Amino acid sequence: MAKPAELSPASPAMEVRTPPKDPGPSKLAGPATWVDERIGLAKLMSNIRKVFPDHWSFLLGEIALYSFVILLLTGVFLTIWFKPSMAEVDYAGSYELLRHVRMSEAFSSTLSISFDIRGGLLVRQIHHWSAMLFVAAMTVHMLRVFFTGAFRKPRELNWLIGVGLLSIGLVEGFAGYSLPDDLLSGTGLRFVDGLIRSIPLIGTWAEFFVFAGEFPGTLVIPRLYMVHILLVPGLLLGLISAHMALLVYHKHTHWPAPGRTNHNIQGYPFFPIYVAKAGGFFFIVFGITILMGALIQINPVWLYGPYNPSQVTAGSQPDWYMGFVEGAIRIIPNWEWHVLGTTWSWNIFLPGVALMGLLFTALAVYPFIEAWITGDKSEHHLLDRPRNAPNRTAFGVAGMAAYGMLWLAGGNDIIATQFQVSLNNVTYFMRVAVFVVPVLAFIVTKRICLSLQRADKDRVLHGSETNIIVRSPDGGYSEAHVPISQGEAYSLTRHPQLDALPPNGEKLGRTRQRLSRWYADGQVPTPTVEEIEAAAHHSDAPALEGSDTAESGVSH
Amino acid sequence: MRFLTSGRRHKAARPLLLLLSLFLVGAVYAAVSPATSSSAEGVADAQLVAAGKNLFAVNCASCHGLNAEGLAQQGAPNLTNVGAAAVDFQVRTRRMPMANPLTQAVPGSKTIFTDDEIKALAAYVASLGNGPAIPDQNQYDPSNVSAEGAARGGDLFRTNCSACHNFKGAGGALPNGVVAPRIENTPPEQVWEALRTGPGQMPVFAAGAIPDQDVQKVIAYIKQVNAAPSAGLSLGGLGPVAEGFWAWVAGIGSLVLFAIWIATRGTRA
Ligand code: HEC
Ligand code: HEC
Ligand code: HEM
Repeated sequence: MAKPAELSPASPAMEVRTPPKDPGPSKLAGPATWVDERIGLAKLMSNIRKVFPDHWSFLLGEIALYSFVILLLTGVFLTIWFKPSMAEVDYAGSYELLRHVRMSEAFSSTLSISFDIRGGLLVRQIHHWSAMLFVAAMTVHMLRVFFTGAFRKPRELNWLIGVGLLSIGLVEGFAGYSLPDDLLSGTGLRFVDGLIRSIPLIGTWAEFFVFAGEFPGTLVIPRLYMVHILLVPGLLLGLISAHMALLVYHKHTHWPAPGRTNHNIQGYPFFPIYVAKAGGFFFIVFGITILMGALIQINPVWLYGPYNPSQVTAGSQPDWYMGFVEGAIRIIPNWEWHVLGTTWSWNIFLPGVALMGLLFTALAVYPFIEAWITGDKSEHHLLDRPRNAPNRTAFGVAGMAAYGMLWLAGGNDIIATQFQVSLNNVTYFMRVAVFVVPVLAFIVTKRICLSLQRADKDRVLHGSETNIIVRSPDGGYSEAHVPISQGEAYSLTRHPQLDALPPNGEKLGRTRQRLSRWYADGQVPTPTVEEIEAAAHHSDAPALEGSDTAESGVSH
Repeated sequence: MRFLTSGRRHKAARPLLLLLSLFLVGAVYAAVSPATSSSAEGVADAQLVAAGKNLFAVNCASCHGLNAEGLAQQGAPNLTNVGAAAVDFQVRTRRMPMANPLTQAVPGSKTIFTDDEIKALAAYVASLGNGPAIPDQNQYDPSNVSAEGAARGGDLFRTNCSACHNFKGAGGALPNGVVAPRIENTPPEQVWEALRTGPGQMPVFAAGAIPDQDVQKVIAYIKQVNAAPSAGLSLGGLGPVAEGFWAWVAGIGSLVLFAIWIATRGTRA
C-alpha cells in the first residue's frame, strides 16, 4: 500500500494533468490512474492474475456465493414492502379467499407482496428458491471439501468458517421462513419454541427471553426480522469475506497430475479466463433460480392461511435444511421424566437441540480428529481422491446416510401417503434404519474404496482394458490390455501412503495408537518402481494377464 | 359427537343396539320418517325398503349381517343408525361393498349400483333406525356462497379439516396405515355426507358443530382454492417436502451439470 504509484506502469502524472492533448488512451487510463493513486488499484490488479484450477467440483461453493448475492438483491426488494408486525388487521387485499380474515400485518403484507405488488410474487419465489439453493449449495460444497480432504492443514480455519456459515445459514433460513407468519411458519416457530423449552433447567426462562413472554407474544416477528435482515446477513457477509480472503491467501487446492505438486498451483488466471467462466456461471445460477421462481410455486402462504395456534395442517414441514431435526423428533420414542413436578423432555431435547449440537460439533472437530489420528502435520495442497482415504470417505458416507434417514423420517407422512404404506411402519423402520444404514454404508463404502484402489493399481501395472478378447493357442480367453500414459500413471500413484503412527509407547496413548493403526489398515500400497518395471517387462504378453482369473474366464 | 362415533363401534354397544334396532324396526316402523308419511308415499317407501332389503341381503349381508346388525368377525359395523346418507356416501364412492374387509375402505372410481338401487339400499338402512337422510341439493349446493362466505369457509376448513386432509385437501396420513384421502374433487353431496356420517376414522361433524350453511362455505372453499391458478407448478400441493426435493433435483442437479459443462470447456490461456 505504501507505494502504489510505483507499481503502476501507466501512471505518468503528466498524463493526468494534460488530458486534452492525448484523448485516446487517457480516456481509460485517466480514471484508472486516478483510482490507482488513491487506493492502489495496480496492487489489486496483481491479485487478479491469481490462478484458479479448473474442476467442476470447485464451482459448488460459487453456487452458494451467487445464491447469496441473489438473496441480498431480492431480499432488499422484499424489505421495501414487508411489515414486520404482529398487529392484527382485517385483510382487505385482492386475494378473495382470505378476504376479511383476521391476520397479522406481517402476513397481510406478504399477501400484498404476492398479489398486489408488481413482480412481488416472482421476487418472493426467487428469494425462497435461492434460499433453498443457498443452503443446498453450501452443503454440497462442504461435502466436496470433506471428501477431497481439502480441510487439512493449512485450511482448517477456513473449514471452521464454513461450518459457521452453514450453521448461521440455517438460522437465516429459519428466520426468513418464520417472517410471513403463515400457518406453516407459525407451526415451525411453535416447534422451535418447544425445542427451547426442552432445554433442561433454563428452558422456560429462555423461552420468555426469546419471545418476550409466552409464545407467540407480539415481539417475535420484529425480532426475527432484525435477525433476518441485519444480524445474520451481516455475519454471513463478514464470514464470507473472511472465507474468500483465506482462499486467496492459501490459494486453491488441486488434483494430483503431472506438474501439479504440493508447492505449486496450476490453472487459469483469475483475469480474464476465470472471470469469464465464473461470471458466466453467475448468470447461469441467476437464470436457473429465476426460472425456478417463475415456473415452480414455492411457499404458497395464501393456501396455508394466517397463523392460528388452534389450526394445523397435514404436511406441516420445515424447509429441507431443518428436515433432519423434524425427522429425529418424529421418530424418537416418547422419553420424558417427571421429577418433583418438573418435566424433562428428552424426547425433544435429544433429537432437537442435542442433535444439532452434535452435527455441528462433529463437523467442526473432524479435521482435528483426523490429524490427531494420523499424526499428519504437513501441509496439503494436493487433494485426495476419496478412494485413497477410505475411512474418511466411509465416515462421510455414513454421516450422509444418517442424515438422509432422518430426512426421510421428516417426510414420513408424505412417504406414507405417496407410497401407500403405514405411517407407523415407516416410523418403526426409520428408528432402526437411522442406526443400521450408516453402519452398512460405512462398511460398503470402505470396501468400494479399497477395491477402487486395487483397480487403480491394476491399471498402473497392467494397463487399461481394451475390450478385445483374445483366444490363446491352448484355448483360454483373455482380454488384451494396453499400457496407460505416463501422465495417468503419475496421477494414479501420486497419493501419499497412510502410515500408522510409530509405536513409541507411553507418548502416544493406546487409543490413539490403535486408531491410527486401524485408520491406515487395509489400504492398497501404491506400486513400487520395481513392480512397475516388472510389469512392463511382463507386458510383452499382456493378453495372458489374468487368464487364470474368474472375470476373464470365458473359456471352453 | 366424538363419543357418539366411537361409542357406536364399541363392542359392548352392539347387543344393545341390536335390541334397540329390533325394537325400532318392529314397533315404531311408521315413525321412522314422519315428515314424509302420506299414505301413497308410505306404500312406495315400503316397496323401496323391500327392494333395498333384497339388495342388501345379496351384496352386503355377508359382512354386515342379514339385518345389518354388523358382524364382528368381518369388522363390519352395525348399520342400524348410520342413516341413508352413510349408505349413499359409502356406495356412491364405491367404498361399499368392500373388497377386502381388513383394510380401510378405499374409494373406487365408479359405483357398481344404479341410482335406484342406491336409493333402495339407503331406504332400507334408513328404515332400521335414526340417521342422517340423503341431503337435498339446497343443503350442500355451494353455488350461492358469496366470496366472503368462501373465505369464511377457508377458515372453517383450516380449523376442522386441514389437520387430516392437508391445507388444500390433497390428503394426509393418519396412524396405522389409515389415509385421509384427497378431497379436491369429491362431489359436494359426498362432502356433506362425509361430514354428517364420519366415515372410517373421520369424526362426525353434526349440524350443531357445522350447520348446513357453513358446510356449503367449506365446500365452496375447497372448490375455489383448487380452481384458483397456482404460481407455477404446484408440486401436488404437498408443501415443503416436495419443494426441498425440487430444490435438490432440479436446482442443484442442473447447476452441477452446468458446472461440469463449464469446467470441461477448455480455454487456452
Ligand atoms: C367385505 C365386507 C363388507 C361388505 C361386503 C360390505 N361392507 Fe359395509 N363395511 C364393511 C366394513 C369393514 C366397514 C367399516 C369400514 C370403515 O370403518 O372404514 C363398513 C362400513 C359400512 C358403512 C359405514 C358405517 C358407518 O359407521 O358410517 C356403511 C353405510 C356400509 N358399510 C354399507 C354397506 C353396504 C350398503 C354394503 C352393500 C352394498 C356393504 N356395506 C357391504 C364391510 C363390508
Ligand atoms: C381426524 C381426521 C379427519 C378430519 C379432522 C376430517 N377428516 Fe375427512 N376423512 C378422514 C378419513 C380418515 C377419511 C376416509 C374415511 C374412510 O376410511 O372411508 C375421510 C374422508 C373424507 C371425505 C371422503 C372423500 C372421498 O372422496 O372419498 C370427505 C369429502 C371428507 N373426509 C371431508 C372432510 C371435511 C370437509 C372435513 C372438515 C370439516 C374433514 N373431512 C375432517 C379424516 C378426517
Ligand atoms: C441478506 C439479505 C436478505 C434479506 C434483506 C432478506 C429479506 C427477507 C424478507 C423481507 C422476507 C419476508 C418477505 C417474504 O417472506 O416474502 C424474507 C423471507 C425469507 N427469507 Fe430472506 N432475506 C435475506 C437473506 C436470506 C437468506 C440468506 C436466506 C436463506 C438462507 C433467506 C431465506 C428466506 C426465506 C426462506 C424467507 C421466506 C420466504 C417466503 O415467504 O416464501 N433470506 N427475506
